[in-house]
Amino acid sequence: MTNDNIITTDVVIVGAGPCGLFAVFELGLLDIRAHLVDILPKVGGQCAELYPEKPIYDIPGFPVVTGQGLVDNLIEQIKPFGPTFHLNQMIQALEPTGTAEAPRFRVVTDAGTVFDTKTVLIAAGGGSFQPKKPPIPGIDAYEGKSGGGAGVFYAVRKMEAFRGRDVLIVGGGDSALDWTLNLQPIARRVTLMHRRDDFRAAPHSVEQMRALVASGQMDMKLGQVTGLRGEGATLEAAICRDAAGETFEIACDTLLPFFGLTMKLGPIADWGLNLNENLIPADTEKFETSTPGIFAIGDINTYPGKLKLILSGFHEAALAAQKVHRYVYPDKRLTFQYTTSSTSLQKKLGVA
Amino acid sequence: MHVRVVDREGEERELEALEGWRLMEIIRDWGLPIKAECGGACACATCHVYVAQDWVEKLHPPREDELDRLDEAYDVRPNSRLACQILFSPELDGLTVVLAPELA
Repeated sequence: MTNDNIITTDVVIVGAGPCGLFAVFELGLLDIRAHLVDILPKVGGQCAELYPEKPIYDIPGFPVVTGQGLVDNLIEQIKPFGPTFHLNQMIQALEPTGTAEAPRFRVVTDAGTVFDTKTVLIAAGGGSFQPKKPPIPGIDAYEGKSGGGAGVFYAVRKMEAFRGRDVLIVGGGDSALDWTLNLQPIARRVTLMHRRDDFRAAPHSVEQMRALVASGQMDMKLGQVTGLRGEGATLEAAICRDAAGETFEIACDTLLPFFGLTMKLGPIADWGLNLNENLIPADTEKFETSTPGIFAIGDINTYPGKLKLILSGFHEAALAAQKVHRYVYPDKRLTFQYTTSSTSLQKKLGVA
Repeated sequence: MHVRVVDREGEERELEALEGWRLMEIIRDWGLPIKAECGGACACATCHVYVAQDWVEKLHPPREDELDRLDEAYDVRPNSRLACQILFSPELDGLTVVLAPELA
């Protein structure tokens, strides 16, 4: 990575959920532009991933709004401030390069994006969404990673890696069906296994899969994986159980289990933030962590009296923005203004 | 009103249950290890429990969305349920459930 590719900015927001999005607004009013990083391919965090259709009743001013509805409104609200989103990425490393008075950080994502930023605002909620790992005994030994095996994968990065393999895909949702259809032409043999003969994936994918099974081009089995067999780190077969409790084996050198996503703290644990039960302690005046220049807002922080409510995260974003301003514009006086009366704020919002 | 919960180490506890609470909320509030990541939205399958055989028929059957979500749980059995979809009422006094294995 050469210096040309480094993004120099005032603030990197970790997480594009509701609190990260509203932080863009509060920072924007103070002339601070934000870059946001999120591991999901879409904006909105838990609201968009876990409960897009569910009604929320405790957002001030909205008697009822769905998770996705709230996200859509926030995106509309922050439009004037033109935030830059870096999706499908997770921050891997954070290294302080400044001082306590003038903080600076070098932040690197797993996709190779590098930021040189004055401040970092962590709004990472319950952590980053990552594929769930089924607790199959001995599965670690076969996981595709350096020093391990090359038989179990929780995501497909390069399809070519599966050419000529005997692939067992487990699951009944869109990920399982999509990868079944995509890998079927290049794998030696694809078997899809699901616990019941009812798939929640898109109906046309299910039809395509059933057609491939009918024409003998792939296999579909009903059951669940209970164990794995293979010498050392080389996977040879999955031990399975059907609905009647009978055990059977499926020969395979590759297993792709798709059990949905779970939230994991991830590399944030290594940033020296004195975590307390996987939460980041922050003060309640500016929501700064033990490291000057790093802030924590929303579900990921903790302080006496903390409530994990979206509305609390909004308040935290407003207060953190004030201190971020001090770091970004150390010589500028910050005057408190209302959007109702300040023509300066209204100009920033594009309404004056 | 009580619910009996067997944890993953096999230890059984009797927890006081409140009417109108979700079984998941009761288990979580008593501090037992149940992730319940989505907070009861039937969106994550991390409150998976096995219901004692003699109680299976006494519960309302799972809805379609609960069955769909159980696809993301591990070692699903005929008596598998998501604890967030069971609303506690006096008829459930004495219900016994076992915490299912967790996905990492």
